Amino acid sequence: MTDPAPVPKLAFRGVKKHFGRKVVLDGIDLSVDPGQSLVVIGGSGTGKSVMLKCVLGILRPDAGAICVDGQNVVGLRGRARDEMLGKFGMLFQGSALFDSLSVWQNVAFGLIQGRKMPRSEAQDIAMENLGRVGLGPDVGNLYPAELSGGMQKRVALARAIAAKPEIIFFDEPTTGLDPIMADVINELIVECVKDLGATALSITHDMASARKIADRIAMIYKGRIIWSGSRAEIDDSGNPYVDQFIHGRAEGPIKMDVLKP
Amino acid sequence: MTNPVAAVGRVTLAFMATTGRLAVFTGQTLRHCLQPPFYGRLILRQMVTIGYFSLPVVGLTALFTGMVLALQIYVGSSRFNAASAVATIVVIGITRELGPVLGGLMVAGRVSAAMAAELGTMRVTEQIDALTTLSTNPFKYLIAPRVIAATLTMPCLVLVADIIGVMGGYVIGTQKLGFNYGSYLKNTFDYLEIIDVVSGLVKAAAFGFILSLMGCYHGYHSRGGAQGVGQATTNAVVSASILILVANYLITELFFAR
Repeated sequence: MTDPAPVPKLAFRGVKKHFGRKVVLDGIDLSVDPGQSLVVIGGSGTGKSVMLKCVLGILRPDAGAICVDGQNVVGLRGRARDEMLGKFGMLFQGSALFDSLSVWQNVAFGLIQGRKMPRSEAQDIAMENLGRVGLGPDVGNLYPAELSGGMQKRVALARAIAAKPEIIFFDEPTTGLDPIMADVINELIVECVKDLGATALSITHDMASARKIADRIAMIYKGRIIWSGSRAEIDDSGNPYVDQFIHGRAEGPIKMDVLKP
Repeated sequence: MTNPVAAVGRVTLAFMATTGRLAVFTGQTLRHCLQPPFYGRLILRQMVTIGYFSLPVVGLTALFTGMVLALQIYVGSSRFNAASAVATIVVIGITRELGPVLGGLMVAGRVSAAMAAELGTMRVTEQIDALTTLSTNPFKYLIAPRVIAATLTMPCLVLVADIIGVMGGYVIGTQKLGFNYGSYLKNTFDYLEIIDVVSGLVKAAAFGFILSLMGCYHGYHSRGGAQGVGQATTNAVVSASILILVANYLITELFFAR
């Protein structure tokens, strides 16, 4: 790269992905600078989750490149892939806690299995991270099924940050939570990302959440990024799609596939 | 859409795709089963779930199979004055065929279904994706321990089933059919060859591999929520059962065909 600007921490270049005849990603171009928090907004089924899964190698894009620290990670295998994955943490939409393991074992999982840390040391770190998200040490010995949705989300957040990742993905972090708990989670996310100095990429359709955790916002529609700008610019983007979405109007350029009688 | 040739083509393509996917899955599973590191703790836990907790089911199956075998062979063989062969036929029938096959089918019903349901739920709740993001290979952590444990445990289970089955035959033979205790035992062991037992245990190991592989494969590839997991469970049990019967024929042919 001859560009004097810093190498983006994470960059999508023309990423395409289709399932059968359905085109989900139609040439995504997007980059996130180190330490920045980017939120991608967009309706349901616009390919937001697929984007994240392509980075992690859970899905393989049909075309394009995804660069982490300037290195293309599409199709990485073996040790190189493990190393790449070690930079990431992810908060899943449904928390995705392992229900056969206790809360602290969930939080310590990446440390014990991924980094081969001794269990007692990993347990201390797990407890410390649980404290960070406002959960007491007594919660550590419970099982995920015994927790409420909001607590599960917090445990999942503790798990995502436990291994001090450089990049954190948040997949609809506030979906299914009441507005107050959603705000608590948003604040925890902002705090944790800032503490770690991590780069964050979130996807959501909750505008309150987006306004809270984003430095920059990008909007995805029909598999393409149709707008991106700083958080402050979103209210006068001049883009009719963005306006319709942030105000949640049924009328506008975005047509939902709803059959009217 | 109603073109019959197109339908044949569609089925063929789907079959080829599934075969290919299963072959790749099997290859990857074998690689992770043979390459360190191994998760000893997980293998041990699976061995307890698969082996120890299957004992009652497999034991009862073997007991009643041995008992009914003794009754039936007595009825059949006494028609041509060969009733003294009951003990020999029971022991050979149990060790070569019925112990491993019925044991395998019972464990397939119990264990393949449980594996498919567990892995399927983990798949649809994104727990398998979560494993990947925590730098843990799902093959290494979820699948290899199950397959290793099932392959090692099934021979032990079948050995126990063999003993219980022969004992069932012995009880019926001596209590109901009036055989002498000593001569029944003598007939049991005199004509039993090591190959009878060994072939049965080899079958057991193969069946253990098959039933765990099917459970993991269908669970790992399940999708679409509760219905998908249910479908995966059914497919796991059905395919494991059928493959066990096919493999049984092939292994028997390998051992005993002249």
